[in-house]
Amino acid sequence: MIINFLFASIKAGTPLLFGTTGEIVTEKSGNLNLGVEGMMFMGAFMSFYTAYHTGNLWMALFAAFAIGIFAALIYAFLTVTLMANQNVCGLTLTIFGTGFAKFFGEAMINDAGGSPKLSDTLMAAFSEKKIPLLGDIPVLGKLFFSHNPLVYLAIIIAIICTIYMIKTRAGLNMRAVGENPAAADAAGINVTLVKYFHILLGGGICALGGAYLSLINGGGIWNNSSVVNGQGWISVALVIFASWNPAKAIFGSLIFGAFSVLQFYVPKNIIVIPNAFYVMLPFLITTLVLIVTSMRKSKEGSQPAGCGNNYFREER
Amino acid sequence: MTDVNVKSKQGPLLRVVKKSEISFGKTLALSLLALIAAIVAGGIFIFAIGQNPFKVYATIVQGAWRSKIAIKGTIKIAIPLLIAALGITPAFQMKFWNIGAEGQIIMGGIFATYFALFCYDLPHWLLLILMFVAGMVGGGLWGLIPAYFKTKFGTNETLFTLMLNYIALYIIKYLTEGPWRDPASSGFPKIASFEKNARLDQIFGIHAGWLIGLILVVVVFIYMKYSKQGYEISVVGESVNTARYAGMNVKKIVMRTMFISGAICGIAGMTQVSGAAYTLGEGVAGGVGFTAITVAWLSKLNPVIILIVAVLFSVLDKGCSVMQSTFGLSAAASGILQGIILFFILGFDFFTRYRFVFRKGRKA
Amino acid sequence: MENKTKETMAIELKQITKTFGSVVANNRIDLSVKQGEILALLGENGSGKTTLMNMLSGIYKPDSGSILINGQLVTINSPEDSIRLGVGMIHQHFKLVEALSATDNIILGAKEKGIFLNKVRAEKISEISKRFGLNIDPEKKIYQMSVSEKQTVEILKVLYRKADILILDEPTAVLTPQETKRLFEILNLMKKEGCAVIIITHKLNEVLEISDRVTILRKGESVATVTTANTDTQELTELMVGRPVELSIDHPETYFEENLLEIHHLTVSDEENFETIKDISFDLNRGEILGVAGIAGSGQKELCEAIAGLLPVKKGAILYHNENLVGKSPNEIIKMGISMSFIPEDRLGMGLAASMGMVENMLLKKYNEGKSPFISKKAARELAKRLVKQLDIVTPSVDTPVRRLSGGNVQKVLLGREIESEPNVLITAYAVRGLDINSSYTIYDSLNEQKKKGVGILFIGEDLDVMLELCDRIMVLCHGKVTGIVDTKNTSKEQLGLLMTGASAKKGETK
Repeated sequence: MIINFLFASIKAGTPLLFGTTGEIVTEKSGNLNLGVEGMMFMGAFMSFYTAYHTGNLWMALFAAFAIGIFAALIYAFLTVTLMANQNVCGLTLTIFGTGFAKFFGEAMINDAGGSPKLSDTLMAAFSEKKIPLLGDIPVLGKLFFSHNPLVYLAIIIAIICTIYMIKTRAGLNMRAVGENPAAADAAGINVTLVKYFHILLGGGICALGGAYLSLINGGGIWNNSSVVNGQGWISVALVIFASWNPAKAIFGSLIFGAFSVLQFYVPKNIIVIPNAFYVMLPFLITTLVLIVTSMRKSKEGSQPAGCGNNYFREER
Repeated sequence: MTDVNVKSKQGPLLRVVKKSEISFGKTLALSLLALIAAIVAGGIFIFAIGQNPFKVYATIVQGAWRSKIAIKGTIKIAIPLLIAALGITPAFQMKFWNIGAEGQIIMGGIFATYFALFCYDLPHWLLLILMFVAGMVGGGLWGLIPAYFKTKFGTNETLFTLMLNYIALYIIKYLTEGPWRDPASSGFPKIASFEKNARLDQIFGIHAGWLIGLILVVVVFIYMKYSKQGYEISVVGESVNTARYAGMNVKKIVMRTMFISGAICGIAGMTQVSGAAYTLGEGVAGGVGFTAITVAWLSKLNPVIILIVAVLFSVLDKGCSVMQSTFGLSAAASGILQGIILFFILGFDFFTRYRFVFRKGRKA
Repeated sequence: MENKTKETMAIELKQITKTFGSVVANNRIDLSVKQGEILALLGENGSGKTTLMNMLSGIYKPDSGSILINGQLVTINSPEDSIRLGVGMIHQHFKLVEALSATDNIILGAKEKGIFLNKVRAEKISEISKRFGLNIDPEKKIYQMSVSEKQTVEILKVLYRKADILILDEPTAVLTPQETKRLFEILNLMKKEGCAVIIITHKLNEVLEISDRVTILRKGESVATVTTANTDTQELTELMVGRPVELSIDHPETYFEENLLEIHHLTVSDEENFETIKDISFDLNRGEILGVAGIAGSGQKELCEAIAGLLPVKKGAILYHNENLVGKSPNEIIKMGISMSFIPEDRLGMGLAASMGMVENMLLKKYNEGKSPFISKKAARELAKRLVKQLDIVTPSVDTPVRRLSGGNVQKVLLGREIESEPNVLITAYAVRGLDINSSYTIYDSLNEQKKKGVGILFIGEDLDVMLELCDRIMVLCHGKVTGIVDTKNTSKEQLGLLMTGASAKKGETK
């Protein structure tokens, strides 16, 4: 029972982990991109479309990643080069991305003459698989070594991003740009380049979360109206919860995933809590985290200081 | 000049320089140019998906105005957008990034619904006024919470208001599935439709929300431009230190303004439940709060321009749903076209503040 | 290129011109520095020193003119280019990332091989620290550091990149004399290693102490370059100001006998509970200008803001006609009928609303008058127009956002508004900072005008010569404490300097 619950939590948390890791990478370079929902939507559509037509899982993932980069490029061009307001550009990206996915999603449905469904062989390619030997370990085997490949991909990306941020030179540059672009600029870092790179990378990773939602959570059937359904916004919340650290986001996504499936596992005859409360919990807790971090006034574990502001070198 | 040992390389082709001043006329011209560019880009998109852009555009525009019913539909879409964008205005003027219009609309709707469900036997006008005030209070309180924490601890308001949107949404879910569930409806849980007594009256065939919206345009315009409180908001937005220096109570101003901002958004929620839906559902705000932010920003926080932009967006929305029936294209095209237009206008705004300087040719 | 035999200069600037809008910041400036030489760049505020150096560091690009580094013509498009050419600049406002550690800041952006951050770099830093006798905790975060520690990090940053051209913008403004001495020792060490050093300053004694040559800028032009050994304070001042120094600021005598403001044992602490002002007592009389001198950051800003009611007071009393102002908000102070004007240091960030026009700025402290919920701009418009005439304010219109005005005009708008409110107490912080001599004199005259009317003026200043002429008494602050209050009639600059370093006054102290 509990193992099943944790297993389901991991499954539900994975798309959030993609979205959160992507948004952390973006925010750490000083840009608050509120377009995660839109980018996920676009990734969801592109991956499904590609999978449907090519029947290739990796092609599908690549397509999602590419469209995420494209979406993020729009945002980056507007905010970094043209210095437009980040909040508004992000929201617009969400409007655009949602429209994009739904528009072409509907066209895909019309073409297929009904909800398109992925082939069984393809579904099998990213179904849950036991890793030989490791997967047979009791309890742990089920929990850690019996997932679909995208779960591992998400965790690997999160770990790589953490190491990148903390241990590498480029990661240091990124953090400096996010905190104080003027200082980074004076130190000889190409602020524009750093911002573009991380916004694009972040967008690509976010879109992978969308791919997960359409390919795995959707059960192989395209659902035009509710494929992403707010997961992008939860990812933005999770960034705060994880205090801008992808490694913490791994556990954060597990917890948030747990909340979203908790209602199916709490014995209803013992504890009666309205279902709405479970889904609300991630947001309530994130809000509390936000308040507590601001009360502590700590410089670590809070939003990068330069986040939300655009940088212009000759500003006087 | 014979620089033999030149180590220099050429400068970048383009370089950004800040503009000193720009006239109103030029700003207007640039905005129009942006709009035209956006329409062209949208046209290219329509062409790319194998349709005739001119026909599609014509259908969208005609579709929104072709009949009385269509016009009513367009205006109905515009009402919450207009009111919520007006609500955003004071907060943004204060540089308080209130991304929480969505939640404030919802809370306004919830508070108003309480009276519609449980006090429906009050006299019609009294009930409506109660619902109106309740909507304001609901939205206002939802705006006040992040303002309180911002002034007390400096809590980031963008992220806070964003979270509150979802908390509000799930409060509706809770009410729908729990205490306010309509016992009469079997199957999918929903809240009962309002009694006729609790429904907003219609004026010229459209619920009175449009009149409320127009009145708010004037009120917000005067409030922001001529009132002392409006002046305070501008100064706080300019610099908190200057406001303190001038003897202003910044905390009070921030909280008051966010209450007002939320309250106006709450009115949008009230008109939605009582004028449009006659019930409270999870779709009461339906993304309007987010679109309203872009509308307010595009309009440079000018209430009159907000009115125009809100109507334009609604035409696009309504027109696209007509397009769906004519061309078999998804109405979601509205989102794409809105996105394109917004991208262009946001991008073009750059040219009102900066200009590009091309590299000068180097002398040999 | 025939003259190869000539000694190569580390830096040569030729005919550099830079304009901002209609303002010419640098006009055809020539400058050169040899390797192993310390050049002082001397000039008044607004003479274009920082702008010129920012073109070397890649922040700005010159409109015309050429830059030669080690004899080669270069184009500097960005700080990256500048660093690659071996130029290291230490800005007046440090360019450090607060949330990162000292080590991270030092290695930031350095062009080195390797993807990962590793220990070798930390060792390299400690090796450099030892060589130059710099002491720093490499793991300490910048936001936990004192100003001088931050400067040390900036210097290490430059040394780490092996810059052989070092530019320092007003490095001593934030330092105590001991720290300044240490800094100069380091600079001399660098000089010995063959580095070229440019130090921007307007302090003459420092110029004479540290530099080999001096280039003097005035109003955006280079007026002269002299060898330090062959010059003296007198000559330098004349070159800097552009005329024989007749710093004859009026000093009208007034005969008021009344105490306006009495400060008793004032203590103010900041958010981290650090006491920025410690137990200060003094009084301000009618018709007097009381100067406040001290090294930057000695508590001047906090003192002003505490009196103006902008900062909470921890202990002590501020008496105005025997009424205690402590605990009252600026608004309450205004409502009590006490007219106190405060001209803050940060004019656009605190005294004025930058995007608003003069008219709306005139309203800033008066908008709340009257019961009507609406503002009335009529009187403000008239006042704005009158001020434009009276003070020769250059502005396209009274509705032009004040941030578009030049520094001098902005200051006139602010001062004009405050004087118009007919205050009894006037507090000015760095009233002439960033202004040229002429504008400065307009400001001094206005202040004297107020003094004759019986206004008590608290004048926070930085130029001791000016203060000695303008003020009646000078209070010296050091680390938030008063080290002396002296009468300007019988005190010298040296005496003030001594007080600023914390030595308490022996003689010359009044009452």
